[in-house]
Amino acid sequence: MIKRDLVIVGGGPAGLAAAISAYENGIKDILLLERDQYLGGLLNQCIHTGFGIEYFKEVLTGPEYADRFIRKIKNITSIEISLRSFVVRLEKDKTLTYLKPGGLFTVRPRALIMATGCREKTREMVHIPGTRPAGIFSAGLAQKLINIEGLLPGKEVVIIGSGDIGLIMARRFTLEGAEVKGIIEIQPTTRGLLRNVVQCVEDFGIPIYFNHKVLRIHGSDRVEKVSVAKVDEKMNEIAGTEFDIECDTVLVSVGLIPENELIEMAGVIIDKRTNSPVSTEVNKTSVPGIFVCGNSYKVYDYVDSVTVDSQLAGKMAAEYIKGLD
Amino acid sequence: MNLYDIAIIGGGVVGTAIARELSRYRLTIVLFEKEAEVAFGVSKSNSGIIHPGTQNPPASLKGKLCVQGNILTRRLARELAVDFKEAGELIVAFSEEEAGRLIQLKKDAEALGVPRLKIVDKKWLRKNEPNLSGEAIAALYAPTAGIISPYRWVYDLAENAIQNGAEIRTGLEVKKILAKKPRFEIVTQKGAFGARFVINAAGLYADDVSAMSGIKNFKIKPRKGEEFLLDKKLEGLTKHLLFPLPSNISKGILVTRTSDGNPMIGPTAEDVDDKTDLSTTSEGFRKVLEGAHKLVPSINENDVIAYFAGLRPVAGEDFIIRHEDEAPGFINVAGIQSPGLTAAPAIALMVAGILRDHGLLLKKKAVFRKHRKKEYHLFAIPIAKTKKLIKKDASYGDIVCRCEMVSAKEVREAIARGATTMDGIKFRTRAQAGRCHGSFCTTRLMKILAQETGLSRLAVTKRGKGSELVKTGRVSD
Amino acid sequence: MNKSLVCIECPKGCVLSVDIESSKAKDVKGAKCPKGVIYAQAEVENPTRVLTSTLLAEGLELRLVPVRTDKPIPKKDLFKAMEEIRKIRIRKPLKAGDTVFRNFLGLGINLIATREVGKRR
Repeated sequence: MIKRDLVIVGGGPAGLAAAISAYENGIKDILLLERDQYLGGLLNQCIHTGFGIEYFKEVLTGPEYADRFIRKIKNITSIEISLRSFVVRLEKDKTLTYLKPGGLFTVRPRALIMATGCREKTREMVHIPGTRPAGIFSAGLAQKLINIEGLLPGKEVVIIGSGDIGLIMARRFTLEGAEVKGIIEIQPTTRGLLRNVVQCVEDFGIPIYFNHKVLRIHGSDRVEKVSVAKVDEKMNEIAGTEFDIECDTVLVSVGLIPENELIEMAGVIIDKRTNSPVSTEVNKTSVPGIFVCGNSYKVYDYVDSVTVDSQLAGKMAAEYIKGLD
Repeated sequence: MNLYDIAIIGGGVVGTAIARELSRYRLTIVLFEKEAEVAFGVSKSNSGIIHPGTQNPPASLKGKLCVQGNILTRRLARELAVDFKEAGELIVAFSEEEAGRLIQLKKDAEALGVPRLKIVDKKWLRKNEPNLSGEAIAALYAPTAGIISPYRWVYDLAENAIQNGAEIRTGLEVKKILAKKPRFEIVTQKGAFGARFVINAAGLYADDVSAMSGIKNFKIKPRKGEEFLLDKKLEGLTKHLLFPLPSNISKGILVTRTSDGNPMIGPTAEDVDDKTDLSTTSEGFRKVLEGAHKLVPSINENDVIAYFAGLRPVAGEDFIIRHEDEAPGFINVAGIQSPGLTAAPAIALMVAGILRDHGLLLKKKAVFRKHRKKEYHLFAIPIAKTKKLIKKDASYGDIVCRCEMVSAKEVREAIARGATTMDGIKFRTRAQAGRCHGSFCTTRLMKILAQETGLSRLAVTKRGKGSELVKTGRVSD
Repeated sequence: MNKSLVCIECPKGCVLSVDIESSKAKDVKGAKCPKGVIYAQAEVENPTRVLTSTLLAEGLELRLVPVRTDKPIPKKDLFKAMEEIRKIRIRKPLKAGDTVFRNFLGLGINLIATREVGKRR
């Protein structure tokens, strides 16, 4: 068992900002665990611009935004960074177990900051009936396939949901030579930013169907088409409005959920509806010494908000540790 | 042309159980499966319940084989190092009238030989199944009900059959069966094979395969069942497998769990015409939720993380297991709907008996390897064991799937044991089967599968040709 | 002629009302900052966009290096730019911000890397 002042789980924007902030607030014994082989988290696959306008007063891409923090943290030698490190268990007393290739480690920190981000809601969570062929992807997985792996998931794409990731992927698919045949949004307006409707959808003449829903996904081996219909204000399908769109790929972009299964394991009380920790104060949880920041605290619209939130978590954790002495 | 003593058509639980049973004898055996891997047909959608035998007509063949199969499965599971958990089932009554029916149910089951049955009252239920609806007044308790992973079961039966010399040829579809006495010629899209005996275990397509040899005395009617899985967080939701009282066509909507710990609700039972209709529906979801709520009111639809549909191959009321005298050497094993998974080892014994009765000499091999080497699943073992495994092989510490805690080692081992597709990896290891549905691990799994098989990532499929994951790429590896 | 535009310069997405006379933006209303006025003028006269994409890497630790144009390029050139981008190969390690291609498409703008990439280990 290793003892530490502070352990931070997650090396995305939240974890990086929290670690640097805790260090700047006087904590020197810090271990940061990142499951991937790189720091930066999901920012690495968000190669589009639009990050950092508030915080850096500059327009940056995701990787550039991450790079600012990565450079900074690499210069702080007392923050130990452990990559490919996967936390599998967390106990009430903050003892955590993590695996990395070649080893299993147990560490008990005095304070713990969880910066575990969020995951995408799946097709199953919004109950889209039909078959389960190849060709159904979360928007984030499609983004990773294209931007990190160099693979194009499909050539004729229908996107379910008009959140920012869906809109951004509509542009990305189009630029990569695929045809985006429609974005299906059950609400009367976009869930994303207007600027993304302009530069990702209208720029390329992509049809966007508001007040519509996908009734069924068809196809046995590969997606063949989706059935779509208009909905009324109660989101029920309006009879006679059904039509089909032929496609080989369906992207599901229907929202994000905080990833908090680990702290739930440790007995932190989680709001069933939002999957956020129940908390009286930003970043604190029901277990003293466990802090949660960034998108695992709640899903933020902008990375700048994640940064500011996480810096606060770093400071709170530092004060908590100092208060124990 | 390759010649065999036995050709089995269909690589589901029935076909592979038969292959494994016959592999103990000095016989040459080949099994044909049209899908990319075994277990990809009816078996992959099975609920994994090893039934005690409680809900079958007293004189039925399926009832008899179910009771035998329940016993045989335990032994076979030990031999093959497959996890079998005895969970026990409760058939729940909600009214005095229903409680009365439990008595007849118990009598029928006892006539079939189901052991240790007991009718339990409200107080017992309160204590032993606290999340069960307060409306429940009594239940028939059958402690011998168990849970197994249906696809791992099939994979392991197949693996052990192969170890003992059986050939399993996947991706081969039987197109024609020619009677060329004293043998059959089985024509596939990849050439013809000769066999003295043909065993038809083709599931949904058993009627088509039977017709190829001129036997058209039954029809397979698919009966669709939709199942819904809940988050593994709710692992302790119920202690037993919960059943309502059975209706004429099905056992009703159950609250059970998978061998991996996810609570499962379903299935529906709907006769359909299309043998490929694996779609789930909103009506099915509503029906299942309603049925599940009746048993366990606390089930929340937001906890549903996955769903799927399967088709039961129905050919009348009972199983069809017989030698067809009009086509000597041809054995039909058809209409194996519920409780087929449970009955499979008993069916295999019965088929061996039929073969013997029709002149096949069953002589035991000098060496029959009845044990299979166990593979490890990190999610199922204690941390201390994981630590030891990582010491032996570093890649047990290389976690690929975040939701289900699956390591690179487990994925490579699944591929070494026969997985060729993403679904094959999922069924064997659980990677992609958790709450994020593979959003996190898909790219890594594609990479490992490509590396281990020497294929390009562009050739990686979900479940065989035509289901390639991606369409094109800027990189060709 | 009056045209309504949504400014894309920042997440606020100001709705701009633009008076257009002989293909020039004469008057811009609704912008909460000066960037909106410049955006509206460009959008009327010669719409431009920053292009982000990836370049294929060879012998480096990543398969792809993300890049962007250091200045916006004409919207009409986006697909031509993507075609060119597909042809470029990166073989040397880079830092975020390094220029990887000068005077891209002869437009007087550069492609810059947006992520650090080292040699393959």
